[in-house]
Amino acid sequence: MSAETAAGKGPDGGPEALVGIVLVSHGKAVAESVAELAVGLAGGNAKAPVTAAGGTPDGGLGTSAELITKAARTVDRGAGVAVLVDLGSAVLTVKALLAEGDELPEGTRLVDAPFLEGAVAAVVTASAGADLDAVASAAAEAYSYRKE
Amino acid sequence: MGRAGADARATVGALTCQDRLFARESTAPLPVPSPHPYLSSPQFVPYPYPYAYRRSQEQHVTETALDAALFIRWMQAAAALVDREAERLTELDSPIGDADHGSNLQRGFTSVAKALESEPPAAPGAVLTTAGRQLISTVGGASGPLYGTLLRRAGKALGDAPGVTAEELQAALRGGVDAVAQLGGSAVGDKTMLDALAPAVEALGTSFADAAEAAEKGAVDTTPLQARKGRASYLGERSIGHQDPGATSSALLFAALAEVTA
Repeated sequence: MSAETAAGKGPDGGPEALVGIVLVSHGKAVAESVAELAVGLAGGNAKAPVTAAGGTPDGGLGTSAELITKAARTVDRGAGVAVLVDLGSAVLTVKALLAEGDELPEGTRLVDAPFLEGAVAAVVTASAGADLDAVASAAAEAYSYRKE
Repeated sequence: MGRAGADARATVGALTCQDRLFARESTAPLPVPSPHPYLSSPQFVPYPYPYAYRRSQEQHVTETALDAALFIRWMQAAAALVDREAERLTELDSPIGDADHGSNLQRGFTSVAKALESEPPAAPGAVLTTAGRQLISTVGGASGPLYGTLLRRAGKALGDAPGVTAEELQAALRGGVDAVAQLGGSAVGDKTMLDALAPAVEALGTSFADAAEAAEKGAVDTTPLQARKGRASYLGERSIGHQDPGATSSALLFAALAEVTA
Protein backbone atom coordinates (compact mmCIF):
# COMPACT_ATOMS: atom_id res chain seq x y z
CA MET A 1 0.00 0.00 0.00
CA SER A 2 1.09 3.58 -0.45
CA ALA A 3 2.28 5.19 2.74
CA GLU A 4 3.19 8.82 2.69
CA THR A 5 6.41 9.24 4.58
CA ALA A 6 6.82 13.01 4.34
CA ALA A 7 4.41 15.80 3.61
CA GLY A 8 5.14 18.72 1.28
CA LYS A 9 4.51 22.27 2.32
CA GLY A 10 3.04 25.09 0.32
CA PRO A 11 -0.36 25.57 -1.28
CA ASP A 12 -1.27 23.80 -4.51
CA GLY A 13 0.63 25.36 -7.40
CA GLY A 14 2.08 28.03 -5.12
CA PRO A 15 5.71 29.10 -5.16
CA GLU A 16 6.56 26.81 -2.26
CA ALA A 17 5.03 23.72 -3.86
CA LEU A 18 7.46 20.84 -3.94
CA VAL A 19 7.87 18.13 -6.54
CA GLY A 20 6.26 14.89 -5.41
CA ILE A 21 8.10 11.59 -5.66
CA VAL A 22 6.60 8.16 -6.29
CA LEU A 23 8.71 5.02 -5.91
CA VAL A 24 7.42 2.04 -7.89
CA SER A 25 8.77 -1.44 -7.29
CA HIS A 26 7.62 -5.02 -7.92
CA GLY A 27 7.77 -5.52 -4.16
CA LYS A 28 5.87 -3.60 -1.50
CA ALA A 29 8.72 -3.95 1.00
CA VAL A 30 11.32 -2.78 -1.54
CA ALA A 31 9.40 0.37 -2.44
CA GLU A 32 8.70 1.23 1.18
CA SER A 33 12.29 0.54 2.30
CA VAL A 34 13.76 2.66 -0.48
CA ALA A 35 11.38 5.48 0.45
CA GLU A 36 12.41 5.17 4.07
CA LEU A 37 16.11 5.11 3.16
CA ALA A 38 15.85 8.12 0.84
CA VAL A 39 13.97 10.16 3.41
CA GLY A 40 16.37 9.03 6.13
CA LEU A 41 19.46 9.96 4.10
CA ALA A 42 18.02 13.40 3.41
CA GLY A 43 18.28 13.96 7.14
CA GLY A 44 15.90 16.38 8.72
CA ASN A 45 15.46 18.18 5.42
CA ALA A 46 13.21 15.65 3.70
CA LYS A 47 10.27 17.94 3.03
CA ALA A 48 9.22 16.62 -0.39
CA PRO A 49 6.25 14.27 -0.38
CA VAL A 50 7.43 10.71 -1.04
CA THR A 51 5.12 7.74 -1.54
CA ALA A 52 5.84 4.09 -2.20
CA ALA A 53 3.77 2.10 -4.70
CA GLY A 54 5.07 -1.42 -4.46
CA GLY A 55 3.65 -4.77 -5.46
CA THR A 56 0.08 -5.59 -6.31
CA PRO A 57 -2.96 -4.48 -4.25
CA ASP A 58 -3.20 -7.97 -2.73
CA GLY A 59 0.39 -7.77 -1.51
CA GLY A 60 1.92 -9.95 -4.22
CA LEU A 61 4.88 -9.23 -6.48
CA GLY A 62 4.11 -7.13 -9.54
CA THR A 63 3.05 -3.68 -10.61
CA SER A 64 -0.26 -2.02 -9.89
CA ALA A 65 -1.49 0.85 -12.03
CA GLU A 66 -4.05 1.52 -9.34
CA LEU A 67 -1.46 1.96 -6.58
CA ILE A 68 0.76 4.10 -8.84
CA THR A 69 -2.13 6.38 -9.75
CA LYS A 70 -3.19 6.69 -6.14
CA ALA A 71 0.38 7.44 -5.03
CA ALA A 72 0.89 10.08 -7.72
CA ARG A 73 -2.30 11.86 -6.70
CA THR A 74 -1.25 11.72 -3.05
CA VAL A 75 2.09 13.48 -3.62
CA ASP A 76 0.90 15.94 -6.27
CA ARG A 77 1.30 19.50 -4.93
CA GLY A 78 1.03 21.11 -8.35
CA ALA A 79 4.77 21.21 -9.02
CA GLY A 80 4.90 17.92 -10.85
CA VAL A 81 5.51 14.33 -9.81
CA ALA A 82 8.72 12.40 -10.42
CA VAL A 83 8.14 8.65 -10.74
CA LEU A 84 11.07 6.31 -10.19
CA VAL A 85 10.69 2.65 -11.10
CA ASP A 86 12.62 -0.57 -10.70
CA LEU A 87 12.28 -2.73 -13.83
CA GLY A 88 10.14 -4.57 -16.36
CA SER A 89 6.43 -4.12 -15.84
CA ALA A 90 7.01 -1.17 -13.48
CA VAL A 91 8.64 0.74 -16.35
CA LEU A 92 6.04 -0.37 -18.89
CA THR A 93 3.05 0.36 -16.66
CA VAL A 94 4.13 3.94 -15.92
CA LYS A 95 4.99 4.49 -19.58
CA ALA A 96 1.60 3.12 -20.68
CA LEU A 97 -0.23 5.29 -18.14
CA LEU A 98 1.63 8.36 -19.38
CA ALA A 99 1.20 7.60 -23.08
CA GLU A 100 -2.39 6.49 -23.28
CA GLY A 101 -4.25 7.55 -20.21
CA ASP A 102 -5.34 10.55 -18.22
CA GLU A 103 -5.16 8.84 -14.84
CA LEU A 104 -1.91 10.42 -13.66
CA PRO A 105 -1.83 14.07 -12.50
CA GLU A 106 -0.59 16.64 -14.96
CA GLY A 107 3.16 17.12 -14.75
CA THR A 108 3.86 13.50 -13.87
CA ARG A 109 7.13 12.27 -15.35
CA LEU A 110 8.88 8.94 -15.52
CA VAL A 111 12.45 9.61 -14.39
CA ASP A 112 15.16 7.54 -16.05
CA ALA A 113 17.37 6.79 -13.06
CA PRO A 114 18.71 3.93 -10.95
CA PHE A 115 15.98 3.14 -8.45
CA LEU A 116 17.69 3.53 -5.08
CA GLU A 117 20.40 6.07 -5.90
CA GLY A 118 17.96 8.05 -8.00
CA ALA A 119 15.42 8.07 -5.18
CA VAL A 120 17.93 9.53 -2.75
CA ALA A 121 18.99 12.23 -5.21
CA ALA A 122 15.38 13.04 -6.07
CA VAL A 123 14.25 13.38 -2.44
CA VAL A 124 17.19 15.62 -1.56
CA THR A 125 16.77 17.96 -4.54
CA ALA A 126 12.99 18.05 -4.40
CA SER A 127 13.14 18.87 -0.68
CA ALA A 128 15.45 21.77 -1.50
CA GLY A 129 12.69 23.20 -3.67
CA ALA A 130 14.11 22.22 -7.07
CA ASP A 131 11.69 22.04 -10.00
CA LEU A 132 10.78 18.83 -11.84
CA ASP A 133 13.54 19.23 -14.47
CA ALA A 134 16.19 19.65 -11.79
CA VAL A 135 14.86 16.73 -9.75
CA ALA A 136 14.82 14.52 -12.85
CA SER A 137 18.36 15.40 -13.89
CA ALA A 138 19.70 14.97 -10.36
CA ALA A 139 18.17 11.50 -10.24
CA ALA A 140 19.47 10.64 -13.72
CA GLU A 141 22.95 11.81 -12.74
CA ALA A 142 23.10 8.94 -10.30
CA TYR A 143 23.80 6.73 -13.34
CA SER A 144 27.19 8.41 -13.77
CA TYR A 145 28.40 7.57 -10.28
CA ARG A 146 30.73 4.59 -10.80
CA LYS A 147 31.50 2.18 -8.01
CA GLU A 148 34.85 0.91 -9.21
CA MET B 1 5.43 -18.39 -80.69
CA GLY B 2 8.42 -18.90 -78.38
CA ARG B 3 10.13 -21.12 -80.91
CA ALA B 4 9.61 -18.63 -83.67
CA GLY B 5 11.31 -15.95 -81.60
CA ALA B 6 14.17 -18.17 -80.50
CA ASP B 7 14.90 -19.47 -83.99
CA ALA B 8 15.24 -16.01 -85.45
CA ARG B 9 17.77 -17.26 -88.01
CA ALA B 10 15.48 -19.98 -89.33
CA THR B 11 13.91 -19.35 -92.67
CA VAL B 12 10.21 -18.90 -92.97
CA GLY B 13 10.04 -22.13 -94.90
CA ALA B 14 11.46 -24.02 -91.91
CA LEU B 15 8.66 -22.91 -89.61
CA THR B 16 5.96 -25.39 -88.83
CA CYS B 17 2.43 -24.66 -89.65
CA GLN B 18 1.70 -23.82 -86.00
CA ASP B 19 4.69 -21.49 -85.72
CA ARG B 20 3.46 -19.56 -88.69
CA LEU B 21 0.05 -19.32 -87.19
CA PHE B 22 1.36 -17.65 -84.03
CA ALA B 23 4.33 -15.73 -85.42
CA ARG B 24 3.78 -11.99 -85.38
CA GLU B 25 5.81 -9.45 -87.26
CA SER B 26 4.93 -6.59 -84.92
CA THR B 27 5.76 -6.53 -81.20
CA ALA B 28 2.98 -4.01 -80.52
CA PRO B 29 0.52 -5.20 -77.83
CA LEU B 30 -2.47 -7.07 -79.09
CA PRO B 31 -5.69 -5.12 -78.99
CA VAL B 32 -7.81 -5.89 -75.94
CA PRO B 33 -11.46 -6.24 -76.79
CA SER B 34 -13.40 -3.61 -74.85
CA PRO B 35 -16.47 -4.76 -72.90
CA HIS B 36 -19.82 -3.95 -74.35
CA PRO B 37 -21.06 -0.60 -73.00
CA TYR B 38 -24.22 -2.30 -71.73
CA LEU B 39 -22.16 -4.17 -69.15
CA SER B 40 -21.26 -0.95 -67.39
CA SER B 41 -24.67 0.67 -67.81
CA PRO B 42 -26.97 0.91 -64.78
CA GLN B 43 -29.52 -1.21 -66.65
CA PHE B 44 -27.22 -4.20 -66.59
CA VAL B 45 -28.09 -6.81 -63.98
CA PRO B 46 -26.23 -10.12 -64.00
CA TYR B 47 -28.23 -13.14 -64.97
CA PRO B 48 -30.25 -14.82 -63.57
CA TYR B 49 -31.63 -13.35 -60.31
CA PRO B 50 -31.38 -9.60 -60.05
CA TYR B 51 -32.99 -9.50 -56.60
CA ALA B 52 -30.70 -12.15 -55.15
CA TYR B 53 -27.74 -10.37 -56.65
CA ARG B 54 -28.68 -7.08 -55.06
CA ARG B 55 -29.30 -8.84 -51.72
CA SER B 56 -25.90 -10.46 -51.84
CA GLN B 57 -24.33 -7.07 -52.48
CA GLU B 58 -26.17 -5.57 -49.50
CA GLN B 59 -25.18 -8.45 -47.25
CA HIS B 60 -21.61 -8.02 -48.30
CA VAL B 61 -21.72 -4.45 -47.01
CA THR B 62 -23.34 -5.33 -43.68
CA GLU B 63 -20.92 -8.22 -43.19
CA THR B 64 -17.92 -5.92 -43.26
CA ALA B 65 -19.37 -3.47 -40.72
CA LEU B 66 -18.28 -4.69 -37.30
CA ASP B 67 -20.26 -3.25 -34.41
CA ALA B 68 -19.76 -2.82 -30.67
CA ALA B 69 -21.67 -6.01 -29.89
CA LEU B 70 -19.23 -8.01 -31.99
CA PHE B 71 -16.25 -6.35 -30.31
CA ILE B 72 -17.71 -7.22 -26.90
CA ARG B 73 -18.15 -10.82 -28.04
CA TRP B 74 -14.52 -10.73 -29.24
CA MET B 75 -13.26 -9.68 -25.81
CA GLN B 76 -15.51 -12.23 -24.09
CA ALA B 77 -14.23 -14.98 -26.39
CA ALA B 78 -10.67 -13.87 -25.63
CA ALA B 79 -11.42 -14.04 -21.91
CA ALA B 80 -12.81 -17.56 -22.33
CA LEU B 81 -9.77 -18.70 -24.32
CA VAL B 82 -7.33 -17.17 -21.81
CA ASP B 83 -9.28 -18.88 -19.06
CA ARG B 84 -9.02 -22.22 -20.85
CA GLU B 85 -5.32 -21.81 -21.71
CA ALA B 86 -4.18 -20.09 -18.49
CA GLU B 87 -2.37 -23.14 -17.20
CA ARG B 88 -0.54 -23.65 -20.47
CA LEU B 89 0.49 -19.98 -20.59
CA THR B 90 1.88 -20.14 -17.08
CA GLU B 91 3.67 -23.39 -17.95
CA LEU B 92 5.31 -21.72 -20.95
CA ASP B 93 6.27 -18.82 -18.68
CA SER B 94 7.92 -21.10 -16.12
CA PRO B 95 11.24 -21.93 -17.80
CA ILE B 96 11.87 -18.46 -19.28
CA GLY B 97 9.70 -16.09 -17.23
CA ASP B 98 8.29 -15.73 -13.76
CA ALA B 99 5.47 -18.25 -14.16
CA ASP B 100 2.60 -15.81 -13.86
CA HIS B 101 1.53 -15.05 -17.44
CA GLY B 102 -1.55 -17.27 -17.38
CA SER B 103 -2.86 -16.13 -14.02
CA ASN B 104 -2.05 -12.48 -14.76
CA LEU B 105 -3.93 -12.49 -18.05
CA GLN B 106 -6.76 -14.50 -16.55
CA ARG B 107 -7.24 -11.82 -13.89
CA GLY B 108 -6.98 -9.10 -16.55
CA PHE B 109 -9.43 -10.55 -19.04
CA THR B 110 -11.90 -11.58 -16.34
CA SER B 111 -12.08 -7.95 -15.30
CA VAL B 112 -12.36 -6.89 -18.98
CA ALA B 113 -15.37 -9.18 -19.45
CA LYS B 114 -16.93 -7.88 -16.23
CA ALA B 115 -16.43 -4.23 -17.15
CA LEU B 116 -17.92 -4.75 -20.62
CA GLU B 117 -20.88 -6.61 -19.17
CA SER B 118 -21.74 -4.03 -16.53
CA GLU B 119 -21.42 -1.07 -18.90
CA PRO B 120 -21.45 -2.19 -22.55
CA PRO B 121 -19.90 0.57 -24.70
CA ALA B 122 -21.80 1.67 -27.80
CA ALA B 123 -18.82 1.92 -30.16
CA PRO B 124 -16.14 -0.63 -31.13
CA GLY B 125 -13.45 1.91 -30.27
CA ALA B 126 -14.83 2.33 -26.77
CA VAL B 127 -14.90 -1.45 -26.27
CA LEU B 128 -11.18 -1.61 -26.99
CA THR B 129 -10.23 1.41 -24.85
CA THR B 130 -12.26 0.05 -21.92
CA ALA B 131 -10.61 -3.36 -22.31
CA GLY B 132 -7.17 -1.78 -22.56
CA ARG B 133 -7.71 0.30 -19.45
CA GLN B 134 -8.80 -2.78 -17.49
CA LEU B 135 -5.74 -4.73 -18.62
CA ILE B 136 -3.33 -1.96 -17.61
CA SER B 137 -5.01 -1.70 -14.20
CA THR B 138 -5.41 -5.34 -13.31
CA VAL B 139 -2.81 -7.60 -14.96
CA GLY B 140 0.13 -6.71 -12.71
CA GLY B 141 2.80 -7.96 -15.13
CA ALA B 142 4.41 -6.49 -18.23
CA SER B 143 1.70 -7.97 -20.45
CA GLY B 144 -0.84 -5.59 -18.85
CA PRO B 145 0.61 -2.34 -20.15
CA LEU B 146 1.58 -4.02 -23.43
CA TYR B 147 -1.87 -5.47 -24.24
CA GLY B 148 -3.46 -2.39 -22.72
CA THR B 149 -1.51 -0.13 -25.04
CA LEU B 150 -2.36 -2.32 -28.05
CA LEU B 151 -6.09 -2.13 -27.38
CA ARG B 152 -6.23 1.47 -26.17
CA ARG B 153 -4.27 2.80 -29.13
CA ALA B 154 -6.42 0.80 -31.55
CA GLY B 155 -9.61 1.89 -29.76
CA LYS B 156 -8.63 5.55 -29.95
CA ALA B 157 -7.95 5.22 -33.68
CA LEU B 158 -11.45 3.77 -34.23
CA GLY B 159 -13.04 6.69 -32.39
CA ASP B 160 -16.80 6.87 -31.83
CA ALA B 161 -17.90 5.20 -35.06
CA PRO B 162 -20.77 2.76 -34.33
CA GLY B 163 -19.45 0.34 -36.95
CA VAL B 164 -16.04 -0.22 -38.49
CA THR B 165 -14.81 -2.17 -41.48
CA ALA B 166 -12.20 -4.91 -41.35
CA GLU B 167 -9.81 -2.51 -43.10
CA GLU B 168 -10.34 0.12 -40.42
CA LEU B 169 -9.77 -2.47 -37.72
CA GLN B 170 -6.58 -3.56 -39.44
CA ALA B 171 -5.28 0.02 -39.64
CA ALA B 172 -6.16 0.64 -35.99
CA LEU B 173 -4.47 -2.55 -34.81
CA ARG B 174 -1.43 -1.75 -36.91
CA GLY B 175 -1.12 1.51 -34.96
CA GLY B 176 -1.56 -0.48 -31.76
CA VAL B 177 1.20 -2.91 -32.70
CA ASP B 178 3.53 0.02 -33.47
CA ALA B 179 2.74 1.47 -30.03
CA VAL B 180 3.54 -1.89 -28.39
CA ALA B 181 6.87 -2.04 -30.25
CA GLN B 182 7.69 1.47 -29.10
CA LEU B 183 6.65 0.86 -25.50
CA GLY B 184 8.68 -2.33 -25.19
CA GLY B 185 11.51 -1.09 -27.39
CA SER B 186 11.29 -4.35 -29.28
CA ALA B 187 10.98 -5.57 -32.85
CA VAL B 188 9.76 -8.67 -34.65
CA GLY B 189 12.25 -11.49 -34.03
CA ASP B 190 12.97 -10.56 -30.41
CA LYS B 191 10.81 -13.48 -29.18
CA THR B 192 7.95 -11.34 -27.91
CA MET B 193 4.23 -10.94 -28.52
CA LEU B 194 5.14 -8.87 -31.60
CA ASP B 195 6.15 -12.09 -33.36
CA ALA B 196 2.50 -13.15 -33.34
CA LEU B 197 0.82 -9.73 -33.50
CA ALA B 198 2.66 -8.30 -36.50
CA PRO B 199 1.99 -11.15 -38.97
CA ALA B 200 -1.59 -11.46 -37.68
CA VAL B 201 -2.38 -7.81 -38.34
CA GLU B 202 -0.90 -8.06 -41.84
CA ALA B 203 -3.00 -11.18 -42.55
CA LEU B 204 -6.14 -9.35 -41.43
CA GLY B 205 -6.12 -7.88 -44.94
CA THR B 206 -7.05 -11.33 -46.22
CA SER B 207 -9.40 -12.74 -43.59
CA PHE B 208 -9.92 -13.14 -39.85
CA ALA B 209 -9.18 -16.85 -40.14
CA ASP B 210 -5.89 -16.12 -41.90
CA ALA B 211 -4.99 -13.63 -39.17
CA ALA B 212 -5.58 -16.28 -36.49
CA GLU B 213 -3.49 -18.76 -38.43
CA ALA B 214 -0.66 -16.25 -38.93
CA ALA B 215 -0.66 -15.43 -35.21
CA GLU B 216 -0.52 -19.10 -34.26
CA LYS B 217 2.32 -19.71 -36.70
CA GLY B 218 4.14 -16.64 -35.40
CA ALA B 219 3.84 -17.92 -31.84
CA VAL B 220 5.10 -21.41 -32.73
CA ASP B 221 7.96 -19.88 -34.70
CA THR B 222 9.29 -18.09 -31.60
CA THR B 223 10.56 -21.44 -30.25
CA PRO B 224 13.99 -21.39 -31.95
CA LEU B 225 14.50 -17.67 -31.25
CA GLN B 226 16.70 -16.23 -28.53
CA ALA B 227 14.87 -13.76 -26.28
CA ARG B 228 16.11 -10.20 -26.51
CA LYS B 229 13.50 -8.50 -24.32
CA GLY B 230 12.02 -8.97 -20.89
CA ARG B 231 13.04 -11.32 -18.14
CA ALA B 232 13.63 -14.15 -20.63
CA SER B 233 16.48 -12.17 -22.18
CA TYR B 234 18.56 -12.66 -19.00
CA LEU B 235 18.69 -16.35 -19.92
CA GLY B 236 20.49 -15.65 -23.20
CA GLU B 237 20.87 -18.81 -25.26
CA ARG B 238 18.96 -20.85 -22.70
CA SER B 239 15.79 -19.09 -23.86
CA ILE B 240 16.10 -20.96 -27.17
CA GLY B 241 13.76 -23.93 -27.52
CA HIS B 242 10.86 -22.45 -25.58
CA GLN B 243 7.76 -20.98 -27.17
CA ASP B 244 7.19 -17.39 -26.06
CA PRO B 245 4.21 -17.09 -23.67
CA GLY B 246 3.36 -13.54 -24.84
CA ALA B 247 3.27 -14.56 -28.49
CA THR B 248 1.11 -17.54 -27.48
CA SER B 249 -1.45 -15.37 -25.70
CA SER B 250 -1.42 -12.94 -28.64
CA ALA B 251 -2.46 -15.82 -30.85
CA LEU B 252 -5.42 -16.44 -28.51
CA LEU B 253 -6.58 -12.86 -29.08
CA PHE B 254 -6.73 -13.47 -32.82
CA ALA B 255 -8.23 -16.93 -32.42
CA ALA B 256 -11.04 -15.25 -30.49
CA LEU B 257 -11.54 -12.69 -33.26
CA ALA B 258 -11.75 -15.44 -35.88
CA GLU B 259 -14.20 -17.34 -33.67
CA VAL B 260 -16.68 -14.47 -33.32
CA THR B 261 -16.49 -13.43 -36.98
CA ALA B 262 -16.82 -16.94 -38.42
